[in-house]
Amino acid sequence: MNHPNKKRLRRSMMFLNCQKPALIKDPYIYKPDSIMLDLEDAVAENQKDAARFSLFHALREIDYHGVERVVRINGLDTPHWREDVRVCVAGGADVIRIPKCTCANDVHVVEGAVLKAEEEFGREKGSTLLMAALESCYGVLNCLEICKSSDRLIGVALSGGDYTKDLQTHITGTGVELNGARQMMIIAARAAGVQCFDTVFTNLDDMEGFRRETEMIHSMGFDGKSIINPRQIPVVHQVFTPTQKDIIFAEKVVREIDTKKAQGIGVFTVDGKMIDIAFYDGAKRTLMLAKAAGVYGGDLI
Amino acid sequence: MINAVGRDIPEEVLKATGREVFQGAFYYDNKEYTKAAPTVRANIDPKRSKLVSSIREALEKCGAHDGMTVSFHHHFREGDYVVNMVMEEIHNMGLKDICICASSLGKAHDPIVPYIEDGTITKIMSSGVRGKIGEAISAGKLRDIAVMYSHGGRVRNIEEGRVHIDIAFIGAPTADECGNLRPSGGKSNCGVLSYAYVDAQYADKVVAVTDCLVPFPNIPASISMVNVDYVCKVDAIGNPDKIATGAAKPTTDQRKLLMAQYCTDFVAATPYFKDGFIYQTGVGGASIASTIYLADIMRERNIHMGLGLGGIATPMVRLLEEGLIGKLVDTQDFDLGAVESAEQNPNHIEITGSEYANPMNKGAYVNQLDFVILAALEVDTHFNCNVITDSTGMITGAQGGHPDTATGAKCTIVITPLLQGRSPAVCTDVTTVTTPGETVDVVVTEYGIAVNPSRPDLMEAAKRCGVPLYTIEQLRDMAYAIVGKPDPVQFADRVVGIVESRDGTIIDVVRQIKEFDFSN
Repeated sequence: MNHPNKKRLRRSMMFLNCQKPALIKDPYIYKPDSIMLDLEDAVAENQKDAARFSLFHALREIDYHGVERVVRINGLDTPHWREDVRVCVAGGADVIRIPKCTCANDVHVVEGAVLKAEEEFGREKGSTLLMAALESCYGVLNCLEICKSSDRLIGVALSGGDYTKDLQTHITGTGVELNGARQMMIIAARAAGVQCFDTVFTNLDDMEGFRRETEMIHSMGFDGKSIINPRQIPVVHQVFTPTQKDIIFAEKVVREIDTKKAQGIGVFTVDGKMIDIAFYDGAKRTLMLAKAAGVYGGDLI
Repeated sequence: MINAVGRDIPEEVLKATGREVFQGAFYYDNKEYTKAAPTVRANIDPKRSKLVSSIREALEKCGAHDGMTVSFHHHFREGDYVVNMVMEEIHNMGLKDICICASSLGKAHDPIVPYIEDGTITKIMSSGVRGKIGEAISAGKLRDIAVMYSHGGRVRNIEEGRVHIDIAFIGAPTADECGNLRPSGGKSNCGVLSYAYVDAQYADKVVAVTDCLVPFPNIPASISMVNVDYVCKVDAIGNPDKIATGAAKPTTDQRKLLMAQYCTDFVAATPYFKDGFIYQTGVGGASIASTIYLADIMRERNIHMGLGLGGIATPMVRLLEEGLIGKLVDTQDFDLGAVESAEQNPNHIEITGSEYANPMNKGAYVNQLDFVILAALEVDTHFNCNVITDSTGMITGAQGGHPDTATGAKCTIVITPLLQGRSPAVCTDVTTVTTPGETVDVVVTEYGIAVNPSRPDLMEAAKRCGVPLYTIEQLRDMAYAIVGKPDPVQFADRVVGIVESRDGTIIDVVRQIKEFDFSN
């Protein structure tokens, strides 16, 4: 299966509490790439049904202007998740996020329930995508099998709070406690050809710290970051969007490689930098990212 | 009779108030008239003292009587004690049928409501009324029809002689024995006394009320002794903490910040945004954030504001100090930073209410505005704004300088969230028209902006600025899609107030509130 949206641009994924209709009515005004409508931790235990109603209404009635609608369902160890899946599919959610995912089988279990719901509500089979949140050491160690578990799986996301608890440490602000998980996850995700998303940064007053962390995970290779407030969106988008300088250089690389290949030349310099075929895919990726972010209108991709 | 904004003004209201219906914002341009004048008692004998020992003595010496008009300013904002102390004394004297002509009234004046109920006060003229007085008027407790005028409209009323003030009570942070009044140097400083100037000039009797008597000469004076009859020293004229609060913390509300960003992006794309531009903004979260964003662009492009006008708060003061603004021309101070700047900075200048906004003088400052950034409770698809009545029809707000600046500015921008609570702020017809749509150019919401079709030049800027652009009808439809189309507010028949256009005509009426009847 090759879902057209499986690899769409997902720089920012903003958490929103389904228990609060005022929050979920119009988050598209802030222009995130994706929103994450939460049925899990943000929703009080005795409000799960109300949140589901609110979610269903939102999915059916609100035009999110192209912003991807991800829903975080409750964990597989709760009595809620099956009904959550039915509501997501009935409402037409784009992606279901599986929390506390520990192994490929967790994905398979949810996938089974999604397929059943797609049949029940007459949705196209395979139209509902999945993503897995890794929140435990076990889950992180199983990352590769999780990444390869399903055609529906768009990628994996690190959930730093629960993960550090399992690791018997805490969020320090330096990132040292998340190093291992981040490295393992991005390597596994790339090996499996899926996307990889970083955990939230909860200190809203430390915008500089947020920027540093975003720049770091961008350098590590992540595709995007979970966020908790609209004010974090511009920072993430700025970090994850190629600059005009990057775009011009990538254009030169693509053009030169195409031209030189025809002339039988394998290695050459662009703006003083040695370039060979190994740079081709990277340059193409920069242009694709730039095009998806709306800052490149050229015809090289 | 239907007026120029489509509101039906009952004939009996026109008769009772002696006014015409609104016929357009520029209807009285070029009108010639003779100004009113006060009755003045000469003060030749240098031995005579103006000091009185109490408000009671002042009232008696001024010949207080049933049916008189007394006036007040609102520079002490929600910290004011003067209105209550004077009205209590008037009540204690057993006087009836009093007209209050205030520049504005707020929650600080809740204690005078019983005097409305017992007939001490039978008429109120004010920019607006918040709190319990608004509720009392909306409930039909005031005998006569309340008049809500703009800041400029109030001055015009007095200068034209439509309102004649018998006694003006002017709260003054400092006064000398001769009646030179200043807004600073005391314990209840308010920065400027702009709105009180017309009272001092046109009232028959003028009483200065101060809690800080200073030696003569208290100059340069905002109000000169030549216009003051008596000086009354009291314990306190107000609560300093509520007169001049600390500067509001810049908002972190992302919705307001988004509106501010859209507003700024639009402003910066217009041809009026050039060196020396003249600007006024309010003190709401989005307005202040707009000023902060705009300052970034001013620094970037090396553009300076020639003049910042109107009510002033700390963010504008900081820009003056930074050299990004040439002059602050001030009619009201909203926080301590503004009060201190008004006192100390020679480029921060106090002007009178007439200079600020009177439509019937020979040219007010508002006419020079390039931009004014305003807020509104409702804006309709004709661009009419409501800043007075809430979603239940209750009087809860004030016109202030809204229609004055909207008429004067080359580019009038109204910022409003698309929804106010669960009510659509952009709607088909506002509950009450306070500012005519012909004077409103752009509406900014967090969803995008709409430009008045009468301004194709601004439409060009809107297309360039990168902000989502809609028609006003589209914005309304987006609001209705979320919260539904509301039924109009239901009122009782009785007219309890008129909204006076700045030129003295009636732009709308406010009727008595009533319980919503679901059977209709």
